[in-house]
Amino acid sequence: MPLLDVDNLTIEIPTEAGLLHAVNGVSFTLERGETLAIVGESGSGKSLTSLALMDLLPSRAVRKARSMRFDGIDLMTAGRREMEDLRGDRMAMIFQEPMTSLNPAYTVGDQLAEALRRHRPVGRAAARDRAVHLLERVGITAAASRLGQYPHQLSGGLRQRVMIAMGLMCEPDLIIADEPTTALDVTIQAQILLLLRDIQREFGMGLILVTHDLGVVARVATKVAVMYAGRLVETGPVEAVFGAPSHPYTQGLLRAIPVPGRTRPGEPLGTIPGQVPNLIGPLAGCAFRNRCDRATDACAAAIPERDLGPGHRMACVLDPVAVPA
Amino acid sequence: MLAFLLRRLAVALSVVLTVSVIAFLLLHLSGDLATDLAGPEASPEQVARVRVEYGLDQPLVVQYGHWLAGAVQFDFGRSFYFRESVASLLGDRIPITLKLGAIALGLALLVAIPLGALAAVKRGSWFDRGALAFCALGQAVPTFWLGLSLIIVFAVNLRWLPVSGNATWSHYVLPSVALGWYAIPAVMRLTRNGMLDVMASDYIRTARAKGLRPHTVIFKHALRNAVVPVVALAAVQFGFMLGGSIVVEAVFSLQGLGQLAWEAIARKDFPVVQAIVMLLATIYILLTFLADLLNAWLDPRIRVA
Repeated sequence: MPLLDVDNLTIEIPTEAGLLHAVNGVSFTLERGETLAIVGESGSGKSLTSLALMDLLPSRAVRKARSMRFDGIDLMTAGRREMEDLRGDRMAMIFQEPMTSLNPAYTVGDQLAEALRRHRPVGRAAARDRAVHLLERVGITAAASRLGQYPHQLSGGLRQRVMIAMGLMCEPDLIIADEPTTALDVTIQAQILLLLRDIQREFGMGLILVTHDLGVVARVATKVAVMYAGRLVETGPVEAVFGAPSHPYTQGLLRAIPVPGRTRPGEPLGTIPGQVPNLIGPLAGCAFRNRCDRATDACAAAIPERDLGPGHRMACVLDPVAVPA
Repeated sequence: MLAFLLRRLAVALSVVLTVSVIAFLLLHLSGDLATDLAGPEASPEQVARVRVEYGLDQPLVVQYGHWLAGAVQFDFGRSFYFRESVASLLGDRIPITLKLGAIALGLALLVAIPLGALAAVKRGSWFDRGALAFCALGQAVPTFWLGLSLIIVFAVNLRWLPVSGNATWSHYVLPSVALGWYAIPAVMRLTRNGMLDVMASDYIRTARAKGLRPHTVIFKHALRNAVVPVVALAAVQFGFMLGGSIVVEAVFSLQGLGQLAWEAIARKDFPVVQAIVMLLATIYILLTFLADLLNAWLDPRIRVA
């Protein structure tokens, strides 16, 4: 049984202009010890997908799925209290904005201890010890003295480490990190990513990494799911997707990254012309077809999902072709 | 922190001094005090004698200096009308108005903060709309009418509470409701808006992601951040209540500062009016200072400044 099995997840948001199809028929699985990177640009639905798993969607958003199971527990039928018991205990989430994701009114120690004491019958001293231990584990020096500090007294990198430690307090089976490095300096980004990877291996958790940074994916992920306009366009093991990117959108994304040794100085990087389609109202066919240079009439019809190899699937009518080198 | 306190103290003192000068000048520009004091029947000689007796013949600067020299020793002179020292006169009245104001503010906060928080959490529901309607209604009701209605319903018809006076704590219930009523809509709306902002913030999402129960999220994580602006408003409202309790004191026959101020102004009892103005100004400054301290405790980020 996979740790996480999402089958046909759909998220709709009613707006004044009509129904916004934010996420459309997304399916994936995740095993313990695996790292799944969900990749896509802003508005592709990748963050909403991760929030849907935690049942933290904005109240207007409507979540539907054929099934969504976490370690056998049906997340679609779980009640509010059941979800609260799962959250922070067995599934934890690390957010994008370390500057604003901690409560300014309480100390780091208080917020860390709270995460443990909500789910475990432990005393203050034990919660404090666990907090110090995890702060040290995430690479914070003088951990004990940090407990009495307030979030505004810490740098962005430190706050993100605190967030990670907070997510680990109950030793969850699944950690969802929503763009955990976006708001940080480049040097700190690498440190945080490696930390996440190491912790994921050490604790044997499932890790979902939501990101728009393909460099991040290549470094830490085992599986990748490429999202475009609320749909999953290509998914598979990192080696397969990066080695033989098959969906035109994935190919476009990879062309947009400079490759050391291959991209000559001054050579223009690949771009994808056009814009993400408006997701309000019904949308038939491939969402990428208005930006795809190989689009045909067949793209306006329903798009079949095709198996390209073990675990490697894409939603495109075209035959997979090799990326022009 | 010490430098901060000293700076605040210096500002406070200069504000008090400025208020005293302005009040002094305004009172002396409002007409010839000696003529008023001597009475309409007095002869020019009598007026002249009164002028000398009360020191009103001296230059304004000298009069002000004289008053200030007394004031710093808490000697505010003698009342022209009550034939009593201003200090003891105020001493009798202050506790009544402070008690009334404190209970009124307490009641207002006790009602307004939970209502505002709940309205924000249940945004758009019938509860929220009802609370907002209640706000509009609350502000539209005049204090004297509310006071009289309360007396008719609870004192005259139901006989649950006394009509007027200040003998026991139960005498303060109706006046406090009448006085606190006015503060409820402003505090409630500010709490509601603050909660709406805070509930949409990232750290509330974090709190929910930890699996915290809704009451912990709302009361521990959200409300504490949402009430920071409410504290400053409450301090100002308390100042208004102390200075503006005059209508309520009149309706319920409470012999407080408001009544005293009203009588003193009507009788041109200059030392009393000046002392009351000074007292209210000082209370205002103290309240804003307390509000700053309370906010520094609520929001650690303010402590740096």
